[in-house]
Amino acid sequence: MNRLSRNQIQTKAVRAIKPASFLVALLIMLIAAAILSLFLGRYPQPGLISLNQIQQDELAQRVVLNLRAPRILAAILLGVSLGAAGSVFQMIFSNPLVEPGFLGVSQGATFGAALAIIYLGGVPWITQTSAALFAFGGLAISYYLSRRVRFGGWVLRLVLAGIAVSALFSSGVGMLKFLADPLEELPEITFWLLGGLYKITWDDLRLLLPVVLVCLIILFQMRWRINLLSLEDDVAFSLGVAPGRERTLVLAASVIAAAGVTAVSGIVGWVGLIVPHISRRLFGANARYSLPGAMILGGLFTLLCDDLARTLMVAEIPLGVLTSLFGALSFMLLMVSRGIKVEK
Amino acid sequence: MSSPILTFEEVTFRYQPDEHLVLDKLSLQIQPSTITAILGPNGVGKTTLLHLGLGWRRPQGGKIRVDGRSFQEFSRSELGKWIGLVPQTEHIAYDYSILEYVLLGRAPYLLPLEMPGEADYRAAAEAIETVGLAKMRSRPVTELSGGERQLVLVARALAQQPRLLLLDEPTNHLDLGNKIHLLELLRNLKENGVTVIFTTHDPDVAAVLADQLVLMRDGKVQHAGPLNEQFTSEKLSETYNVTVEVHQVAGRRVVLWRNGANKTDG
Repeated sequence: MNRLSRNQIQTKAVRAIKPASFLVALLIMLIAAAILSLFLGRYPQPGLISLNQIQQDELAQRVVLNLRAPRILAAILLGVSLGAAGSVFQMIFSNPLVEPGFLGVSQGATFGAALAIIYLGGVPWITQTSAALFAFGGLAISYYLSRRVRFGGWVLRLVLAGIAVSALFSSGVGMLKFLADPLEELPEITFWLLGGLYKITWDDLRLLLPVVLVCLIILFQMRWRINLLSLEDDVAFSLGVAPGRERTLVLAASVIAAAGVTAVSGIVGWVGLIVPHISRRLFGANARYSLPGAMILGGLFTLLCDDLARTLMVAEIPLGVLTSLFGALSFMLLMVSRGIKVEK
Repeated sequence: MSSPILTFEEVTFRYQPDEHLVLDKLSLQIQPSTITAILGPNGVGKTTLLHLGLGWRRPQGGKIRVDGRSFQEFSRSELGKWIGLVPQTEHIAYDYSILEYVLLGRAPYLLPLEMPGEADYRAAAEAIETVGLAKMRSRPVTELSGGERQLVLVARALAQQPRLLLLDEPTNHLDLGNKIHLLELLRNLKENGVTVIFTTHDPDVAAVLADQLVLMRDGKVQHAGPLNEQFTSEKLSETYNVTVEVHQVAGRRVVLWRNGANKTDG
């Protein structure tokens, strides 16, 4: 049939394999990439380290277990969270152009981090806590503001409020950068803005993992129902859903996961926007498959970017720079290959 | 007569506290296994009436009962098994296949964390076959025409297997063939005990399909009752504020109007 687009044929090719088996295959790829990443780095020489070397060199063991392992886990957790949160946001707002940070979360976190770097001494855990607090602050203000708006549907109100609150915080960030000590504080703020996992330790993960994991499990379990939450209110209601309550739950789980990982990593852009698109391209719109797809692909994408960030050059490349680079490139590719369809 | 499946008792509704009344002490009774057409001018509150009957909007005054019970007595999923809705149009952002989209109608039968199973797939496939889209069930919904989309929405409501089906302008985008097909389908539902309520701007559709007629004007039910008593020149003219004539053609009522018909003065 003429009307079968290239997009559809590609999707069909994937659907010929069962989506569930395809998900498992991707998961195996992710695990393999994680194991391989343990051997990858710049110690003792740039490239792969051999098992032999690890056994003989005590420093190598420490590098692998205390530096690389937590960092690899963090990268996966970061990508999984951003992919899942982005997927949920795009579903619930019925808009393929939103990403998890847009409700004041990203700019709030940045403001909190910059504030802590300048006025609270820049101790990592304080910076992270401050970032997380302001991320939720940004969300809370957006939410409160949207409830006070007197016109439009709830999507429009939230989007407008998110834009306003983000702008407010970003002007605050501008002010803080202007006030920062250009030799010590400013570079740190800049690096936070560009995102990175170079400081990650097991302690960070111990704090982060339980919270984020609970959120991710909630989202994963609700993956089919999230489809219903993307329907219009009256229709969702007629299908036995409590749209307000269930959307709040799912959005809260997404934001907590995204804000949690962002507090540790800084702003890692584009993962939450582009990964859900790639996943829908591969698995179709149904969140039953596209949500777990976005989780695994997000983890894989972020892990590979972080591998490059820490091995490519002698100095660390900011992770956010690489995710933006590859994210934007794939976005362009998707656009010209009709991968993104926006109605209206 | 059996007890009504849906009752409105002096229901008042407004969207904002400072806005005009959309429904003003509206009372209405719907008997089970009937097809009721709701007619009335644009903006008279037909869709609002459906939303209230669905339980999605709450009235500021009066009572609405489903099978003699108030909405509070139903759990969310139980109500989902009772009442289905086919909206006028629906914004669909992503390219679900028809089958996946119709499958959403099975939600009331699933626990919050449950995935649709084989029985649900069967019900969805059957519903798709009933509306005549079986051949294209893996096509993306976003690539369908307006009429095909409307059939998908009907199929989703069929998969839901409700006892009371509310349809908002169901024949709007349908071509003649699909329109006749849908009318037959709704008649079949009624034969199987489903109660159907639909709004329409097309009196002829009401005349061939409905057995009960509700004529609305100024937020109230102006006339209600069996179609053959209510579908008259006087009552329709009064409802729409224009002069129309109801004629019998080949055993069926049709509405005719003169070209350039003047609005009556009230």
